[in-house]
Amino acid sequence: MVRFSGVTKRYGDLTVLDNLDLDVAPQEKVAIIGPSGSGKTTVLRMLMTLERIDDGVIYVDGRPLTHMESNGGLVRANEKYLRSVRGDIGMVFQHFNLFPHMTVLRNCTEAPINVLGLPKAQAEERAVELLELVGLGDKLGEYPQRLSGGQKQRVAIARALAMRPKVMLFDEVTSALDPELVGEVLNAIRMLGKQFQLTMLMVTHQMGFAKEFADRVCFFYEGKIHEEGPPEQIFNAPERERTQQFLSAVLEAG
Amino acid sequence: MPLKSIVVTAIIAFAAGLVFASFAGYELFIPGLLEGTWITIKITLGGALLAVVAAFIAALAKMYGPAPIRWLATCYIEVFRGTSALVQLFWLFFVLPQLGVTLSPMMSAILALGLNIGAYGAEVVRGGINGVSRDQWEATIALNMSRPLALRRIILPQAFIAMIPPWGNLFIELLKSTSLVSLITISDLTFRAQQMNQATFRTLEIFTLVLLIYLGISLLITFGMRALERIATGGIVRGRAS
Amino acid sequence: MFWDWEYAFEVLPVLAGASIITIQATVLGFILALVLGLIFAIMRMSRNRAISGATTAVVEFIRSTPLLIQIFFIYFVLPEFGIVLDAFLAGTLALGIHYATYCSEVYRAGIEAIPRGQWEAATALNLSPTTTFRDIIIPQAIPPVVPALGNYLVALFKETPLLSAIAVLELMQTAKILGSQNFRYIEPITLVGGFFLIFSLIASAANRYAERRLSTIGKR
Ligand SMILES: Nc1ncnc2c1ncn2[C@@H]1O[C@H](COP(=O)(O)OP(=O)(O)O)[C@@H](O)[C@H]1O
Ligand SMILES: [Mg+2]
Repeated sequence: MVRFSGVTKRYGDLTVLDNLDLDVAPQEKVAIIGPSGSGKTTVLRMLMTLERIDDGVIYVDGRPLTHMESNGGLVRANEKYLRSVRGDIGMVFQHFNLFPHMTVLRNCTEAPINVLGLPKAQAEERAVELLELVGLGDKLGEYPQRLSGGQKQRVAIARALAMRPKVMLFDEVTSALDPELVGEVLNAIRMLGKQFQLTMLMVTHQMGFAKEFADRVCFFYEGKIHEEGPPEQIFNAPERERTQQFLSAVLEAG
Repeated sequence: MPLKSIVVTAIIAFAAGLVFASFAGYELFIPGLLEGTWITIKITLGGALLAVVAAFIAALAKMYGPAPIRWLATCYIEVFRGTSALVQLFWLFFVLPQLGVTLSPMMSAILALGLNIGAYGAEVVRGGINGVSRDQWEATIALNMSRPLALRRIILPQAFIAMIPPWGNLFIELLKSTSLVSLITISDLTFRAQQMNQATFRTLEIFTLVLLIYLGISLLITFGMRALERIATGGIVRGRAS
Repeated sequence: MFWDWEYAFEVLPVLAGASIITIQATVLGFILALVLGLIFAIMRMSRNRAISGATTAVVEFIRSTPLLIQIFFIYFVLPEFGIVLDAFLAGTLALGIHYATYCSEVYRAGIEAIPRGQWEAATALNLSPTTTFRDIIIPQAIPPVVPALGNYLVALFKETPLLSAIAVLELMQTAKILGSQNFRYIEPITLVGGFFLIFSLIASAANRYAERRLSTIGKR
């Protein structure tokens, strides 16, 4: 479903992603863990086309994401092409990035109406459905400012889902939340994992959740996948030293 | 200025105006000054409308236009900010006719003052748009919105709120600059004051009264913009991305 | 041919002479604005509510009303009280007072940006309010606001043509006279515009430079 092939990203002299290869099967749930600054966020941002790619190609559903075919070769994609591929991808941000001037409902209908061209009634019906699913059926007319962090993040999830993506990206979606609000957001993610046929990539520090929810865990270190495998293997019997160090440090912290 | 001091100033201004008007033989001045006030208000409104339109076009052209349009917008902004309002007014009034284009004084006035304030407004618009956080742009990309759509529906509405107070200041600058039109034969409030001063020599009363009228209109603008800000924020403290 | 070079070169020296008056008015007016502005700012921060309230009212009044009327006021009204100023002085005085109100806002922002700790330290050292202001607060408050003051210098400069309304022979008035004498306004007025444009662009560039310098100093 998603394939990174030799993807490299640099900021000046700093190589953030180093010749990365990663293959994600349809409906696979991949958890990305690793120390701060190892390039986890960058992976998701590249896939969401928020960052330019320096080298390599990303494929989504077999189509190159950042490049398009022209005269038999691959050239850098233009805006129109980018928009046609990135419709398959949705993203939930660490800091929610809700639209503060719109109600919860309009946050979730704005793009479906204006990008997908859905009729308003249909877009609203679907948005209400999704908001009820994440437990916010009673907050439709509220403005984001009036919601708790956990509620905001659930709105953000509903908003992304309303675009009917095939791939969902989650970047530390619980990191900005008070501890007691983490559970409600994780529950929402669990639930949509069951209800929808989504491919998911999630950067997370919630190891328990990663263990229970993910099909595969990738441990990032210095812009590379240092170790990967099924959660049981990574968490119970990590092979490499860095992975062991990281996991014991995280477990110690609580 | 806090709301309280606006109210206090308004009351003092009003009282002072009444006192002056009563012992100055107001029936002599009031009708002429009111006619002048009406013209001042008309030019202010016309100029404000033009300024807002010019500012948005120039700012968007400068930020998102192709190179030649960007260049043109920059030229407009720099020329109108760099030369003085009176020079612009005189240029339209004295020079343009000699180049074969004759505008009515009223047209020259609205055009010169509107474009002048619009050039400053363009920077306000640009600042407002740049003030919306990057996160909001990223959210629109994640929702696959086109840039024009994102700008129109997500970025500008948020930028708009932040722009209201600086626009209030610009409208007051515009009101103040309308007094310049008296120098191109338009009988605005300032022109009337001059005219009556020459006829009656009641200099102190006339100019004090006129200053108070300008103050009154300024305060109206301040109130209006405050109200607009309250409406735009819908009573909720927003503007911060969440 | 719209533009007559010969005529332009003929009026240029006259305009150059008049620009001296423009520059004099700018410099004198701005010095007045700087000094009076600081006084306004300090009076506005007075603990005496009557003084601070009255200063606020006066400052807001001057800022909300047209400079042109204020010029007329000083030029035509003061003589009624026995104060007769020539047109140049009256105009420059009005410019200075008008822009003092803008400068006072700038100073106020600068003073308010000084951390509370500085005031508390001065109190702890038992410095008098005057010494605190003069030696501790003002020296710290002013450097960061120099670019903002610079902007108002440019703004004041661009309003000097208003002095033409009371027949001060600065640039604009001179250009108008030249225009009416020769029945040709194109060159003189355009040249005046060019003069203001060039000076404003130079001044803004200098101001941006000062701003950059200040921000790098701040980081050290
Ligand atoms: N816009 C940027 N400019 C320069 N460096 C950046 C930028 N964004 C991220 N980086 C750097 O790239 C590295 C990887 O960042 P990131 O992917 O956010 O790490 P993670 O999410 O794993 O903590 C970090 O060292 C970070 O400082
Ligand atoms: Mg990160």
